[in-house]
Amino acid sequence: MENMNNKEYQKYVEQKIPKPTYAKNMLFAFIVGGLICVFGQIIGNILSNYGLNKEKVAAGTSIILVFLGAFLTGLGVYDKIGKIGGAGAAIPITGFANSIVSPAMEFKKEGFIFGVASKMFNIAGPVLVYGVGSSVIVGILYLILTKGG
Amino acid sequence: MEYLKVFVVGGLLCVIGQIILDTTKLTPAHILLTFLISGVVLGAIGLYEPLVKFGEAGATVPISGFGYALSKGAIEGAKSNGIIGVFVGGLKATAGGISAAILFGYIMAIVSEPKTKS
Repeated sequence: MENMNNKEYQKYVEQKIPKPTYAKNMLFAFIVGGLICVFGQIIGNILSNYGLNKEKVAAGTSIILVFLGAFLTGLGVYDKIGKIGGAGAAIPITGFANSIVSPAMEFKKEGFIFGVASKMFNIAGPVLVYGVGSSVIVGILYLILTKGG
Repeated sequence: MEYLKVFVVGGLLCVIGQIILDTTKLTPAHILLTFLISGVVLGAIGLYEPLVKFGEAGATVPISGFGYALSKGAIEGAKSNGIIGVFVGGLKATAGGISAAILFGYIMAIVSEPKTKS
């Protein structure tokens, strides 16, 4: 170390600076997110083959994906997928299940009401508030625009 | 071919999320809500539907697809049952996923222990 000249030191510092990982993050988000969606499609196709109608296929697929997201979070596997996939693991509905189980597990010590049941909705709560709220507004606007009030 | 379309559409939606995550100070929670509301709005003006037709699960599995299902449900409710339908339709269309998330989320949180963070 002490025998380094300026140029060598510059080189040494450059090696230590973390490289921007945008490209890598994007690639992994693409692969992980894409694969989770393909998995959803496979589940949907299997359910259709059992003769379920479109509505049941959509609901059944969500239920199974949510179950898997919650289950893998409980095992600690989903957090590992999240570390690799970033947004690719957060944005699919399995990530929604992860956002419910993770805080609920962490805050278990605070009891079954204010620990588990309340912390489950740390992120799911805002999702329901803004999702349901905005969709009801959409429906009302639709009524006003199509029937003139 | 079907799976390729699903993979590309789902993957690209997640890449958009990743770019927002890496280039802004928004947290994953902000991004989830941005995608959700985008899904509601794009669903309402009829722009999300073509993406669902093309990308299927690639468009419905991301959280924007949840927003799309909510607004589509609210509009269909409005068509068939007026103002009451608006309040019922969105949640009815997404009830399966929400109920599953509550029940399975609760059970998994109870039976498993948080893993030590490395």
